[in-house]
Amino acid sequence: MEKWDDNRAWFLVLPVFIVVAFSAIVPLMTVVNYSVQDILGPGQTYFAGTEWFEEVLHDGRLHEALWRQLLFSGLVLLIEIPLGIMIALAMPKRGWGVSACLVTLALPLLIPWNVIGTIWLIFTRPDIGMLGVAINKAGIVFDHTASPTDAWITVMLMEVWHWTPLVALLCYAGLRAIPEAYYQAAKIDGASGWAVFRYIQLPKMRGVLTIAILLRFMDSFLIYAEPFVLTGGGPGNSTTFLSIYLVKIAMGQFDLGPAAAFSLIYFVIVLLFSFIFYQVLQNVGRREKQ
Amino acid sequence: MRVHKRTIALCFYFGLLLLPIYWMLTMSLRTNADILGAFAIYPTHPTLANFVKIFTDESWYSGYLNSMIYVTENTLISLVTALPAAYAFSRFRFLGDKHVFFWLLTNRMAPAAVFLLPYFQLYSTLQMIDTHIAVALAHCLFNVPLAVWILEGFMSGVPREIDETAFIDGYSFPRFFTTIFVPLIRSGVGVTAFFCFMFSWVELLFARTLTVTKAKPIVATMTRTISATGLDWGLMAAAGILCILPGALVIWFVRNHMAKGFALGRV
Repeated sequence: MEKWDDNRAWFLVLPVFIVVAFSAIVPLMTVVNYSVQDILGPGQTYFAGTEWFEEVLHDGRLHEALWRQLLFSGLVLLIEIPLGIMIALAMPKRGWGVSACLVTLALPLLIPWNVIGTIWLIFTRPDIGMLGVAINKAGIVFDHTASPTDAWITVMLMEVWHWTPLVALLCYAGLRAIPEAYYQAAKIDGASGWAVFRYIQLPKMRGVLTIAILLRFMDSFLIYAEPFVLTGGGPGNSTTFLSIYLVKIAMGQFDLGPAAAFSLIYFVIVLLFSFIFYQVLQNVGRREKQ
Repeated sequence: MRVHKRTIALCFYFGLLLLPIYWMLTMSLRTNADILGAFAIYPTHPTLANFVKIFTDESWYSGYLNSMIYVTENTLISLVTALPAAYAFSRFRFLGDKHVFFWLLTNRMAPAAVFLLPYFQLYSTLQMIDTHIAVALAHCLFNVPLAVWILEGFMSGVPREIDETAFIDGYSFPRFFTTIFVPLIRSGVGVTAFFCFMFSWVELLFARTLTVTKAKPIVATMTRTISATGLDWGLMAAAGILCILPGALVIWFVRNHMAKGFALGRV
C-alpha cells in the first residue's frame, strides 16, 4: 500500500506530540543532567563527566544481571507469543463464550503488580499455598525460597500467567479484524487449516504481533514489582533482574549519579533490542507482500 | 472432533488461569490467623470482615473513586489524541514520520523509577501535585504511544480504497473519520481502550509520587497493608478482588466491539 505524501499530516500528529513531549523531554533531560554530575546535596554538585558510566560498565554484577535479564525476556517471548496466538485461535467467534473468554482473560491483567507478587507468594508456599502444597503432595520437593531453579520456575509461571492474556487479547482483536471474505476465498480454494493460518491469519496479525512482541519485550525487560515481592531477588542473586539491581544501587548510595548513568545505559539496551525487533518484523512484512 | 479438542484445551487453560484468582478470593474471605494457620482448599469459616472494612473506611473507598477518575481521564485523552495520529501514521508519508513513530514507543523503555524525581519537580512547579489530571497526564507517557501503535496496526489493515471512495463520494475528513473509519476498526478501538485503562489502573509509582491525599489512588492505599507488623493478607486480597471489578466492567462494555470484525463494502 503506497502512502500519500503530505506534510499536513503533522497536524493530526501534533496533539500526541505535545502530550508526550510534555511528559518526556523535561524529565529525560533532568536524568541526563544527573548522570554526568556528582550530587552531594542541594547546591553541591560537581561535574563528573563519564566517570559514572565507566564505573557502571565495569560492574561485574551488572553483567550477570544483564545476562539473566536477557534469558528471562527471551523465554518470555518464546512462551507467551505462541501460547497467546493459540489461545486467540481457539477462542469462539460468537455467542456467550466470547464474553466469558474476554472477561476471564482480562482478570490477571487488572490486579496491581505488587499484589500479584504477594498472592503468588502465598499461592506457592509449600505449607499453606495451593500450588506449593499440590506440587509437594505429588512427591516433588518444591520451595522457591531455597532453590534457584524453583525460584526461576515460579517467576516464569507467574509471568506467563500474568501476561499471556495480553498477547491473546491483542491477537484475538487482530483476528476479528480480518474480513470474512478472505476466509470464504480460502474455502473456495480448498485451503487447509494450516494454509489459512500461514497465508491469511498470520500476515494479517503482523501489526498486532509487532506491538505484542515489542510490548512484552520492553515490559519483561523492565520487570520489577512482581519478582521483587515474590523472591526479593534471591535465593542468592538468582532472580536479581536488571531493575532490581538498579534499585539496589540507587537505594544503597546517596549519589544520584551512578543510578542515573545506569538507567541511561539500561534505556539504550532496551532501545537497541526493540529497534532490531521492529526492523526485522517490518522487513518480514515487506518480503511477504512481494 | 478437532473443534472439540480445542475447546477442552481452552477450558483447561482458563481453569489454570482462574486458580490464583480463586486463591485470592478465598484469602479475602479468611482472617490472617486462618490464612497463615493451615492449608485449606476453601475457607472453613468465611468472613466478610475484610470487605466491610474497605467499604466503611473512607480512606479505602475514596482510593477507588480517585483511581477511577484519573484512569477515565487518561483513557479519554489517550484515545482522542491517538486516533487522528494513528491515521496519519498509517496513511501518510510526512517529514520525520518513521522517527516520530518510533520515538513515541521509546517513552515506554526507560525504568519508571528514574523519572520520579523529575516528575515531582515538574508537577510541583506547575502546582499540579495531588490533582487527578496530573496523574492522568503522567500516564499519557506510556499510554498514548501504546494507543498510537495498536491503532496504527488496525488502521493499516483497512484497505485505502475505502478512504478514496469516501472522499470521491464527497465526505469531509472529520465526517468520514468518525462515521465510517472508526467504526471499521472498532475491535482495535475496544482493545486499545481496555489496555489504556488497564495500564493506568495498575500503575503505582507515578500515581503515588504525584498524589498526597485528595487524589490518592487505590494502588497506593493498598501498600498500607504492608506495615511494620507484617502483611495484612486478607485485607490485601479483598482490595485486590475489588480492584478487578471496574476493569472487568470495562471489558464487558467493549467486548462486542472487540469481537466484531468488519464487513467490507460498507461505503
